[in-house]
Amino acid sequence: MDEQETDVDLTYNDDERAFRDEVRGFLAEQLPPALSAKVRAGAALDKADHDRWHAILNAKGWLAPTWPEEHGGCGWDAVRRHIFEEECALAHAPRIVPFGLTMLGPVLMQFGSDAQKAHYLPRILSGEDWWCQGYSEPGAGSDLASLKTRAVRDGDHYVVNGQKTWTTLGQHANKIFCLVRTDPDAKAQEGISFLLIDMDTPGIELRPIMLLDGTPEVNEVWFTDVRVPVENRVGEENKGWTYAKYLLTHERTNIAGVGFSRAGLASVKRMARAEMSGGRPLIENPFFAARLAQVEIDLMAMATTNLRIISRAARGQAPGVESSMLKVKGTVIRQEINDLARRAAGPYAMPFVSEALEGDNAPVGPDYAGPVARQYFNNRKLSIFGGSNEIQRNIIAKTVLAGDRR
Amino acid sequence: MNFELTEERQMLQDTLRRFLSDRYDTRVRNAILESDLGYAPEIWRQLAELGVIGALFTEAQGGFGGMGFDIATVFEELGRAGVVEPFLDCALLGGGLLAALGNEAQQALVEAVIAGECQLALAHGEPAGRYDLEHVATRAVPDGAGVVLNGRKAVVVNAEAADHVIVSARESGSVLDRAGISLFVVPRDADGMTLTGYPLISGGRAAELVLDHVRLGPEARLGAAGAGYEALSTRIAAAHVALSAEALGAMETATALTRDYMTTRTQFGRPIATFQALQHRMADLLIEVEQARSAVILAAGHLEAAPLERDRNGAAARTLIGRVGRLVAEETIQLHGGIAMTQEYELAHIAKRIVMTDHRFGDTDYHLERFIALGRDAA
Ligand SMILES: Cc1cc2nc3c(=O)[nH]c(=O)nc-3n(C[C@H](O)[C@H](O)[C@H](O)COP(=O)(O)OP(=O)(O)OC[C@H]3O[C@@H](n4cnc5c(N)ncnc54)[C@H](O)[C@@H]3O)c2cc1C
Repeated sequence: MDEQETDVDLTYNDDERAFRDEVRGFLAEQLPPALSAKVRAGAALDKADHDRWHAILNAKGWLAPTWPEEHGGCGWDAVRRHIFEEECALAHAPRIVPFGLTMLGPVLMQFGSDAQKAHYLPRILSGEDWWCQGYSEPGAGSDLASLKTRAVRDGDHYVVNGQKTWTTLGQHANKIFCLVRTDPDAKAQEGISFLLIDMDTPGIELRPIMLLDGTPEVNEVWFTDVRVPVENRVGEENKGWTYAKYLLTHERTNIAGVGFSRAGLASVKRMARAEMSGGRPLIENPFFAARLAQVEIDLMAMATTNLRIISRAARGQAPGVESSMLKVKGTVIRQEINDLARRAAGPYAMPFVSEALEGDNAPVGPDYAGPVARQYFNNRKLSIFGGSNEIQRNIIAKTVLAGDRR
Repeated sequence: MNFELTEERQMLQDTLRRFLSDRYDTRVRNAILESDLGYAPEIWRQLAELGVIGALFTEAQGGFGGMGFDIATVFEELGRAGVVEPFLDCALLGGGLLAALGNEAQQALVEAVIAGECQLALAHGEPAGRYDLEHVATRAVPDGAGVVLNGRKAVVVNAEAADHVIVSARESGSVLDRAGISLFVVPRDADGMTLTGYPLISGGRAAELVLDHVRLGPEARLGAAGAGYEALSTRIAAAHVALSAEALGAMETATALTRDYMTTRTQFGRPIATFQALQHRMADLLIEVEQARSAVILAAGHLEAAPLERDRNGAAARTLIGRVGRLVAEETIQLHGGIAMTQEYELAHIAKRIVMTDHRFGDTDYHLERFIALGRDAA
């Protein structure tokens, strides 16, 4: 990762700074305080909350930073996208639900038919369609290509049978994009197709899965003789793996989560200033202060690694193993910050405040303590999904150590 | 040298392990987690009958154990099964304080505790007190022959279920003084004491207590005026052994579940246990769990030693187990993948038990600091 040719410049240029100010101004004006308060307090957002922020961004034309302008996107380069994401996180804006905007959208633009683009893309922007991702199955996690959900051609329909799982926020979705097996005799990767399915189709059943922090964030989706029109297939039959992999590269944008980490670290500092230990603020306790500093140092360096990669991407160089590196380091840092928050809360990390999250009950102890243990446990997912951190390390090692096998 | 359990303790361990593996599976326990009471009175009664509570008291106190290794034996098994019933708060802390300091009438409660017929809680921690054991802002001021209590107590585990709550209050000195702390036995329904209850993330329930002019007669006093700190710190030392052993038992379950899952879960056409990257991670966990076991043995074996030795070994165990516990909880979840993120999978609860141990009577940093300070005193 060598930057040669020009002198190193560690700062944003004037244009980028002006853009950042514009984003800050927009957030100050348009982000509803009720929403940012919920995000900041770690409360669960309901569908109406997500829809509200989605609509505000759409009205501004800032909903789809990764989309080209012809499809209603912002046409921003990687640096602007990064600035936008970071400012949103720092302002405690709701996270944009990625399934339609950052996952399916780019696939349709690249591989969808004209009819599919014309139909689905505007509905993603308007919020009319809420998509969920039907990739994983009970038997197919890291080894996604081993998926078994079957789609058998019957005239101008596919008949789908099988089970998807871990479907995030499927309870809000009216659409699901699925990887299904259309040729069981081909090599695993070569018999997969990519289908767009209406969640209202007869034969689909959704069952919530309770996560360990008590949130119904994911679901199982069962398919029994579900009839899907052939025109809902994206691209060619049995070429779904290619589209799936394309989607996964988009899933990995903003993978470092620098903004989330910065916001998280700031709130840990607030907590540690308020907590008293042995007659002085916790932030002055050398043991806690050392932990905090270690994470902050890691985050400073990682933010710069992220910018180095972004600035190269903005100059047209495709990232390679660096995105795997950012996934690992970015998630580990976020989890470390969750751990610090849990520590900082002391005994008040113990209450389980699901009732308080639903709004009425007063939180127990200081208001910052309520969600910290829940978030600590919930964010164990960061190193599991989106390609587990072990799979990312495999990618890094294979790429770098390939020389051994030459 | 002999690291084997005595015959009695071996029997206790076998009985308890068998009972819990027969009667306390994931389904039963998850139903208890969701119940309004937060614990199962029936299971509590059966465990009392098996002598599990009695094992936490000495013969002089009406039990048949009460030593560090008895406590460790019981709590390791409770941890192994992820038991949420209030053995620590009702029996070891509440009952232990009554047994150590109580007058005749108060001693009678100990008998009821051992029989599983009386519930207790210890209300010592306060909203601004964090883990500082000497932090007591709640005041007790003379009122005729008795006292009046005013103050707040935080995260009082088992308070709602308790028949009596042992409340610490200050009769002299300033908020962080060791001298001047007294203990009182307060009926849960005493006038002026209000409880706001809630469930805990790792099971069981606790409450915030407000003491607003709670009037107590002289019979409520437990032990000598102003001398409560020493009794408290002795009991908390026992709690450190219990919490360490409980976390150890839970870690044993976490690694056993992971070992089983890794050998049956296949991805890429082979059991994930065959990936060397995962094998080494598992090996590291097993090494650390043996370290934890030794730390528990040291803490248990020194519980009856002089306070300095007792506390150095207790602090060492809590420091080591705070670190290792987090590692084991996080790594065993990670080695499982998504399945361990679900409420209904056993590891989810076990991992929460392990991690949340670090929030009771000091986290790993608190105990590291304590260990260093105690070392200075020893040198
Ligand atoms: C909260 C949450 C939300 C999710 N949301 C969605 C969603 O919306 N849609 C969707 O399709 N999926 C979703 N997923 C699924 C997610 O993508 C999978 O959990 C992930 O792919 C890992 O699969 P697995 O859980 O089956 O673990 P497994 O693949 O069984 O892995 C178990 C362990 O083995 C390791 N491992 C596996 N293979 C190797 C190897 N070759 N070398 C070394 N180690 C290996 C893993 O890293 C892990 O530690 C979600 C998961 C979670 C937890």
